[in-house]
This record gives sequence, structure tokens and C-alpha cells, in this order.
Amino acid sequence: MASPNDGRHSYARRAQYGAFAAYLVAIVGIITGLMAAIIWVVDPVGFANLRILVAEATAPVARTVNAGTGAAGGIDDSIAAWWRAGSQNQALREDLTRARRMVIHAHGLEAENAELRRLLALTRGDIRPIATAQLLSTSANSTRRYAIIDAGYGDGVRSGQPVRSADGLIGRTLEVGPNVARVLLITDQQNVVPARRARDGLALLVSGRGDELLDVRALNAAGNPLKIGDVLHSSGSGGLYQPRTPIGIIIRLTSEGGLARPLADPGSNIGVIVEPAANAGLDEPPPPVEQRDPISEDGN
Amino acid sequence: MARLLPAEETLIALPVKMRLVPTLSVLVASALVTLPFDAAFPMLPPLGFMMLISWRMLRADIWPIWIGIPLGLFDDLVSGQPVGSAVALWTVAMLAMEAIDRRIVWRDFGIDWLLAATALFVYLLAGALLARAGDMMQILQLIFPQLAWSAMLLPPAMRVAAMLDGWRRRL
Repeated sequence: MASPNDGRHSYARRAQYGAFAAYLVAIVGIITGLMAAIIWVVDPVGFANLRILVAEATAPVARTVNAGTGAAGGIDDSIAAWWRAGSQNQALREDLTRARRMVIHAHGLEAENAELRRLLALTRGDIRPIATAQLLSTSANSTRRYAIIDAGYGDGVRSGQPVRSADGLIGRTLEVGPNVARVLLITDQQNVVPARRARDGLALLVSGRGDELLDVRALNAAGNPLKIGDVLHSSGSGGLYQPRTPIGIIIRLTSEGGLARPLADPGSNIGVIVEPAANAGLDEPPPPVEQRDPISEDGN
Repeated sequence: MARLLPAEETLIALPVKMRLVPTLSVLVASALVTLPFDAAFPMLPPLGFMMLISWRMLRADIWPIWIGIPLGLFDDLVSGQPVGSAVALWTVAMLAMEAIDRRIVWRDFGIDWLLAATALFVYLLAGALLARAGDMMQILQLIFPQLAWSAMLLPPAMRVAAMLDGWRRRL
């Protein structure tokens, strides 16, 4: 079958001018688009207002679906599950036995911890959440990892606040609209979280990889001190993420650190909590996470 | 692809439905990502782009060559990619298809599929590069599952475009 000839290559002068103008517009569009994309990576705030406007406009549909069945979430889930069913099954079994052991261990620690804190009179009091929200959608077809949550400026959410679910850290707020906010997930490659190993407080740096896992590096250690099954929580240094928020479990070791699976799966239709930034009481706003020097970050 | 209507009739006063269905279907496909899909890594295919190339394969004459600019802008705003990347890449794809149409005149389904899959690969790769998603190895690991599923979902996407085309022509 011959490809359809669209009649665009006619010899009429007028049609030729029209076609030329269309090509000109297309080429200008390509150059402008490329420049905008490059500038956006350097300065992500430029298009923030436009994007958050679109997020506001599309949020009602996601809200309705969330409120209804939530069936849409199953499609991709089942595809992904089919894709790695065998290895995942085995990994999950291992995780489960490990998690059981850890839970028992943690109960003991919790009791001991409460007692010690009472002794020291260091109890900080529970962090009062700023807002609770639904996670509406994630950037499912992009290599950047964002999510839209169902709480915005009107709920007290501001840029640069930690977001967590019941299981662990999700990310930080980035752009805030009246009713929705865009969250940079911890799995995004631009997101770096100062962390500690739960059992001994070893200072670590957790950064996203763009897929479902996290890259973990020890800050000051020769060799690789990490072990599979190590639990990480945020250290609170840097003043953004609240200390002791669970982040993930090490599942694989690499030459210079390890890979961790986040404890909180930023799947859709889960409830999240927006917390105040860890140094919200102080005068200075926290610097953006991406630009901090990883060495000087670990102040203590 | 036999023309059902003579050329001059398609040029004058097309009904609104006929003009809008292709554009709207691409916009809807782009906006599907804002629904609560549960995705912890880039698994959802670039539905807007697949719809665009499906329509372009089916009917070369429905859109001006610069249609990638407005449609790509909308896709950028909902997808989380850097704004401007789809604007540029979709327009490049339209220009490339125009050039290919002139060279490869005789087509069958297999060639169309191969061309569309190549376009998808280049699009995903360039999109990941523009989003600074790491070095080449990481990017290839990231986009491979997405590319595989997208390529397999191309024939259904073309089928959807063909069904919509039949519907919009049935006045």
C-alpha cells in the first residue's frame, strides 16, 4: 500500500508559501522547546505556575477515581507484577521473615527508647502534621519522579516540607497550588536525603535513582559497612526532613554502598502526611536539598 | 489507503467532529497519566506520543506539520518531563515522518510498526536525556521495560486511532 499523499507538495505558489511557513513554525518550535527543556532543568521554577495550574485542573478527575473504585491503579501494578513475578515472590518472602524478626526487635527497642528519653527529659513531643492528603498521581511515564497530592496552600502546605506516609518518607513538597501540591519523591535522581542506619546511627546519604530503588552511600567509612537488611531513617540534618522518619531497607550491596527499597511505596490512593520542615522554628529557610554539599551536611 | 472522499471535499468546511477527534484523542491520551496509576518507576507508555504517531501513520493530512508544538506542550505540562521536551521531540517526529513518507512510498503494517517503534525509542531516549536521568547505561536500563511495553501496545493504539477515524467519518 502506498503511503497517502497529502497533496502538500503541490506546484501552486500559494501552497508552497503555506508549506514553507508551516516548516518554519515547526523548526522554531523545536528550537524553543529544546531551549525551554534545558533551561527548565537548570531552573525548575520557571514553569512551576503553569504546571501547578494544569495539576489543579486535572486533580478533580483523579479525586473522583480515587473516591470511586481505584481500579485504574491495578493495571500497571499487574503488568509490573507479571514482569518480575518470580524474583519478586522470593524477595518478598525473604523480606517478610526479615521484617518479622525486625518487628520483634523494634518493639523491645521502642520500649527501651521511651524509657531512656523519659530519663533524659528529651521528649520532643509529637510532630504536629500540617495536613493529611491523598496521593493523586505520580509521573508514571517520565524518568523524573513526582507526585501530586491533594493538599495545597489553603491547607498550610508550603514549598520545602517533608511528606510521609504511615510506612515512611515519600518526598518533599516542591510546587504548591491552592489545592494541590507537587511532591519530589525520594526516588527522583535530584533528591538527596541525609540518613542514618537505625541500629548504630551510621551517617548515610540516600539518593534516588529514577526507578523504584534508592542509592545509599556511607559518608565517612572506608570499605562498605552496609549489610543487607539494614534499616535507614532520616537523620534530620540539613533541617528539612524530620529526624527518625523511616526511609528504606537495604536489599542489595554495591561496590561503594547499597541499594535500598523505600518502605513507603508512592503508589496512588494512599494517605500521606505533610509535616513541617525540621527546622521550621528557626529563622533561616532550609536551603534546597539538591544543592547542598554532601560532606558538610552531616554536622554532627 | 483509498480516499473515501474526493480531495476538494475534505478541504472545505469539515464538520467540527472530524477536525477535533484526532487532536482530542491525543490530548486525552496525554492526560491519562494524571489518573491515579500505581507506578513506582517509569512503566506507563507515553500514551500521547503513541496516539500522535498512530494518527500520523493513518492519516498524513489531518494536521499541519507544527501540531507537535501545542500537543507536546500539553503533554509536558501533565507528564512531569521538562517543559519543552515533548514540544521539540514531537515536532521532530512529525518532520521525520514527513521525510520518511517521501522516501518509503510502499508501506505495510510491519514497516509502520518498525518505524513507530524506532520513533518511540528515540523519543524515550531523548526525553530521558533532556530530563538528565543519569548516564547512558542507567537511561537504557530505565527506559527498556517502558519501550518494550510501548512497542507491544502500538498495534492496539493504531487500532484505536483507526476506530476513532471510522467513527468521526461516520457523520
